[in-house]
Amino acid sequence: MYRDFGTVLVAVILGIVMVAIPLLIQKLIAPSKKSKDKLQTYECGEEAEGSAWLQFNIRFYVIALIFLIFDVEIVFLFPWAVVFKELGLLALIEMGIFLIILIAGLAYVWVKADLDWVKRNVRYGTGRYQDVRMEKTT
Amino acid sequence: MDLLGFIIILVKVLVVFAATMLTVLVMIYLERRVSAFMQGRLGPNRVGPQGLLQPIADGIKFMMKEDIVPAGADKPIFILAPAILLIPALMTFAVIPFGSDITLFGRQIPLQVADVNVGILYVLALTSIGVYGIVLAGWSSNSKYSLLGGLRSSAQLISYELAMGLAVVSIILLSGSLKLNDIVADQQGYLFSWNVFKQPLAFIIFLVAVYAETNRLPFDLSEAEQELVGGYHTEYSSIKFAMFFMAEYANMITAAALTVTLFFGGWDFPLVDESSLGILGTVLSVCSFILKMGFFLFLFIWVRWTFPRFRYDQLMKLGWKVMLPLALFNIFITAGYLTVRALV
Amino acid sequence: MPLSLLFYFAALIAVGSAILVVLNRNAVYSAIFLVLCFFSLAMIYLLLEAYFLAVLEIFIYAGAIMVLFLFVVMLLNLGREKALPHFMKFQRALSLMLVILFFFGVSLIMVVGSGELHQPTIKFSSGSVYALGEALFTKFLLPFEVASLLLLVALIGTVYLAKRKI
Repeated sequence: MYRDFGTVLVAVILGIVMVAIPLLIQKLIAPSKKSKDKLQTYECGEEAEGSAWLQFNIRFYVIALIFLIFDVEIVFLFPWAVVFKELGLLALIEMGIFLIILIAGLAYVWVKADLDWVKRNVRYGTGRYQDVRMEKTT
Repeated sequence: MDLLGFIIILVKVLVVFAATMLTVLVMIYLERRVSAFMQGRLGPNRVGPQGLLQPIADGIKFMMKEDIVPAGADKPIFILAPAILLIPALMTFAVIPFGSDITLFGRQIPLQVADVNVGILYVLALTSIGVYGIVLAGWSSNSKYSLLGGLRSSAQLISYELAMGLAVVSIILLSGSLKLNDIVADQQGYLFSWNVFKQPLAFIIFLVAVYAETNRLPFDLSEAEQELVGGYHTEYSSIKFAMFFMAEYANMITAAALTVTLFFGGWDFPLVDESSLGILGTVLSVCSFILKMGFFLFLFIWVRWTFPRFRYDQLMKLGWKVMLPLALFNIFITAGYLTVRALV
Repeated sequence: MPLSLLFYFAALIAVGSAILVVLNRNAVYSAIFLVLCFFSLAMIYLLLEAYFLAVLEIFIYAGAIMVLFLFVVMLLNLGREKALPHFMKFQRALSLMLVILFFFGVSLIMVVGSGELHQPTIKFSSGSVYALGEALFTKFLLPFEVASLLLLVALIGTVYLAKRKI
């Protein structure tokens, strides 16, 4: 078993080497003539306006949290699936209870519309677009 | 530690890496030729016979181009991001068995780089690492398009990872092992012992999730040209840009190989017992693996020119409201069936 | 002994990256070093023959929790432009006291105790996933079911958190 993970370690090292070599070759043979305009970020030809490191929609964070919870659930499913054939009905009932509790959670998130990407009747922002309402997309 | 064993390991790792890179080149060529064929064009046909040397010309050109790091970017992470994406993509193939055992120098050599006993979880874990490459590429560029593309793409990846994991669980229910070798062995025999016939729903879920995980066309939201320019790799140029593409194609190759391993019997050629045929059986099994994998690689291109792109809310809806419940339902059905069969 | 050499290598990376997590002013860098720390921890798990735990360390901690952390860091915009605020003086004093207490406790165990760390009673052999599953679904059934309730609470907490801010 050590040997197999040792092989993985060899693969990691070789992978790093395989990524590093092209980077080095590129560094050696590619030209480098920097100018101010070249180093600007792309913004449809205009000069870049401010920094891109701004706050974004909290919904990404919520999705990541829900994902984390279900990921933990999947982790429990793996050992369960491995021993399932030996434990049979007992394992089915145990996992049934576990999953039903979590499916209740999924249903809760679903009903609370946290899985909907476009929320209805939310103001579209401020200023010029204040009165524009999101069209119904779901 | 014996030297021969170490050399065999080294050779296997190198062969698999080289084969993956070669397939990446072939895929880049085929993608353009097949796309052209589907659209009634010719595609690249000038460099070498039938344009076969085009990907090599592309590679040289990528190397010769100036590498630009935007002035406001976070340089170390900007360089690190494509490497984080590419290294796991190359490493995943290490656990996939691509042929029956071969006997050389008086010892039995399994045609698999590393027979890790938690094989399928190793694949899933490496897949989940790929998210970093995308998030960090998007963040470090300090470009609005990159950040939006990176965020969208990472949210997409994590959403479909769940469905993928749950589809895999139903396969493990059948095989009772996390080892990819055992999963392949479980499907040996006649044609209908392949998992695709036992688990059609899991197969469909897995296939859709794979397309989302590899950012391929119905799900290539992160690089939706019309709204996000190039997505998370908008600011990348030269060899680093090429690395994103290499990682995408390497992921496609692994995904195709994994689909074959989990659902189409791996290297199994139906109705033939490969291990009894000696070297001929090994050749047969490797050929059958490559053939099946080739079909799924072709399917990637085929699907690209068949389906339109999803809208982002549709993508999330499909992932969370269709795929996730269906995958859970499939696990219940499978477990219930197995229990009933054991009791009767 | 190459295995113990590997252990020291992994331990060195783990401790080093953990220190870098604390010392870095940029939260994104801290997150990346924390991922590196998880990888070296996974390597230590491998050396203990706990393969399943090693992969889970990467699957859950590196693959899911740290993605969440990165999202939070990016959401709160803790980029390099806004370095973290300076800590108050009494916080520094408190942390120093806690560190001293911790080291005192550890050294106390090492001196008073048997002097060596306990070996695990269950050897995780090559069937570790199987052994884990069997233990989880027979012996530790109640904690397992309670875990689902815990996850449910966390899920509801998520929704609540999001609601207050929108």
